[in-house]
Amino acid sequence: MIPELGHFALIIALGLALVQAVIPLWGSFNGRRPWMEMARPLAAGQLTFLVLAFACLLQAFLTDDFSVLYVAEQSNTLLPPIYKVSALWGGHEGSLLLWVLMLGIWGAAVAAFSRNLPLPMISRVISVQGMVAIGFLLFTLLTSNPFERIFPVPQEGRDLNPLLQDPGLAIHPPMLYMGYVGFSVAFAFAIAALLGGKLDAAWARWSRPWTTVAWIFLTIGISLGSWWAYYELGWGGWWFWDPVENASFMPWLAGTALIHSLAVTEKRGAFKSWTVLLAISAFSLSLLGTFLVRSGVLTSVHAFATDPSRGTFILAFLVIVIGGSLSLYAWRAPSVSGGGRFDLVSRESFLLVNNLLLAALALLVLFGTLAPLIYEAAGWGKISVGFPWFNTMFVAISPFLVLAMGLGPSTRWKHDEPARLARLLWIPFALSLGVLALCSTGLIFPGNLSVGLGLGLSTWLVLTQLVALRERLKNKGGLKALVGDLRNRSRSFYGMWLAHIGVAVFIVGATLVSSYGSETDLRMSPGAVHEVAGYRFQFNGAQPHDGPNYRAQRGEFVIYKGERQITVLHPEKRSYLSGGMPMTEAGIDPGFLRDLYVSLGEPVGDKGDWAVRIYYKPYVRWIWLAGILMALGGLLAVSDGRYRTARKSVQVPAGGGLARA
Amino acid sequence: MARSKSSYLLPLGIFLALAALLFYGLTIDPKKVPSPLIGKPAPSFELESLLEPGKTISSDILKGQISLVNVWASWCPSCRQEHAELVRIARESDVQMIGFNWKDERPAALEMLRRYGNPYTLSVFDPENRVGIDWGVYGAPETFVVDAEGIIRHKQIGPIDQRVWDE
Repeated sequence: MIPELGHFALIIALGLALVQAVIPLWGSFNGRRPWMEMARPLAAGQLTFLVLAFACLLQAFLTDDFSVLYVAEQSNTLLPPIYKVSALWGGHEGSLLLWVLMLGIWGAAVAAFSRNLPLPMISRVISVQGMVAIGFLLFTLLTSNPFERIFPVPQEGRDLNPLLQDPGLAIHPPMLYMGYVGFSVAFAFAIAALLGGKLDAAWARWSRPWTTVAWIFLTIGISLGSWWAYYELGWGGWWFWDPVENASFMPWLAGTALIHSLAVTEKRGAFKSWTVLLAISAFSLSLLGTFLVRSGVLTSVHAFATDPSRGTFILAFLVIVIGGSLSLYAWRAPSVSGGGRFDLVSRESFLLVNNLLLAALALLVLFGTLAPLIYEAAGWGKISVGFPWFNTMFVAISPFLVLAMGLGPSTRWKHDEPARLARLLWIPFALSLGVLALCSTGLIFPGNLSVGLGLGLSTWLVLTQLVALRERLKNKGGLKALVGDLRNRSRSFYGMWLAHIGVAVFIVGATLVSSYGSETDLRMSPGAVHEVAGYRFQFNGAQPHDGPNYRAQRGEFVIYKGERQITVLHPEKRSYLSGGMPMTEAGIDPGFLRDLYVSLGEPVGDKGDWAVRIYYKPYVRWIWLAGILMALGGLLAVSDGRYRTARKSVQVPAGGGLARA
Repeated sequence: MARSKSSYLLPLGIFLALAALLFYGLTIDPKKVPSPLIGKPAPSFELESLLEPGKTISSDILKGQISLVNVWASWCPSCRQEHAELVRIARESDVQMIGFNWKDERPAALEMLRRYGNPYTLSVFDPENRVGIDWGVYGAPETFVVDAEGIIRHKQIGPIDQRVWDE
């Protein structure tokens, strides 16, 4: 009964979405106020029914209702309750429901927090979101219904993939989806602006907080995924350029370009068509990602469902949404763009470089991800594009981005003097070159070119951000003014500052762990000791150990440095009772400056020997610390007072005229 | 910045090319990695029987009739899906079905046969992938069509369902 209620709720949500997509939009063109005013209640109504549907599916999971096919596929009576919840989005159908729920949440949020926006604009925004919801709800209801029943009812579910039975991975999809779906807001704002034929600073100011919040979630989601892969997969890697990882990275790159471009449009009225195009692209890449992982076009360890018939549906949807919005762009953008001239040496220039490079990176990642498909279509045979290509490409381009990141914040808008910039920044430049030179040779410690490049670039970034901070506080009273500056309308500067520092932290972490990390595969007998990077790893054999829904072999490693015992680690090899390939649980001793990581491979022989992997991972935590810093930076920027005072200072006349922001 | 009106069409153009590529991509099967063994004699083997531990089955059973060698395991969800189809094929045709239990544990494998039926004339047991490697097995389920002379004629990657069988 309850699953059917959930199903019905989805159908009602679809009906509401249909009305939501048409009436407010039409009302915005024929000026009928009651039609436009339906937008907000419709968004609220959609959310209500989507929450209802979600709750019904949740109930099915929590009560082990295996008569629902999706529950039978994803869950199991032995599954710990917290994972019964996360199993909801463990598979294709449920994750779609999560997507659509997020869409409802963002839609209702836009409806609620937009009191000072002009009614025609907000109705268009909500209508566009309704259109996206129609597509996803149709897809869910027609091809991927999570409420489908199965008869005869199985006694036991198949179980959630053991890889997903993990706190990090439980929260990873919701974070990612909040990001992907959040970009639909920026998208809707862009489409609304194109439809209305007006693209100005006010529009940019409205879009910015929404876009930044979506970006924060996506950053967190990607960092979580990387961190999870590191500790769960047992190979010590943290990024594999897997198609689904790339599917999340491309919207992130476009989204990063977008938040910068929006800043320019708001402050200087420039980059209008860039901003609109980036807003469309970020969401389009989110949709494209959805397609790639569900259609079977690419194989990946991540791929949800390899079903061409579903793929055709999504692709058709993509053509309508993306093709439609890009056509609208081609038609309307020429008339809304223009304005904001700037000189060659100006902050706009560096941000333009930023836009171009990030867009180029996104396109290259797209190309690399699709290259196997392109080759096959052209009849050039089957290839696979891996790590080396992506890494080389990325490392070749990002230094220029980092250079621009250093120059931009210290450069004036519209026009600046190269001499002034040189005067401000020659010390950071010289010091960075020095670091690059020193670390590329073996003078201080065994270094190489990539270490030199990485550390040199991070030095550049940190020092230039410090210079920008100093310049900023110089006219306000020095360091003492910092607290006051943070409290009022300048948090966006500190947000930028923190996020850029985060990038520097990332570069340090990634460079050092790549160059100085070590991986040792070896066979160890119980009692054997092996030394890696100055640590002694003693293996004490493996004992059987049972968990709530698995049986495991639990190894013990005692780690010493010198004479001092550092820690005891317990890597496991688990066989889940519901069947499936054995899972590796690594034993990790985390640290700010290094991780020690052991995992069990296979048992060898019959005397308790095991093939084990010992990893030394210096500075690997800095990679995810960087994600946290970037997210915090975004949070600081969003909490900038000017978004709130703008709300108070704008009075919307009762007559429905456009508000002047 | 002045731009010609037509340059605004560029993103749309790029997208449409991309969409065309992806539509093409949907028509091909990413799992179709051609087997190098097609047209070659099936690698010989001697494996323990799954149902009767201690009894050995050799690849000589492949000679003299057409066989379907189906690679499966109890931990593989698609194998469970295809099992019903295999039972049906075993009933309706006179092809010899050889079960090749791969990287599995005997009790779990036997349990699966008990629950879902046993379509196989004979079943061999390869827990350590010793023979699977020779045959180029890299996932389950896979099915090889072997002719009466023991030559591999076709390799099906992925589960067999009605559609695949008809093809």
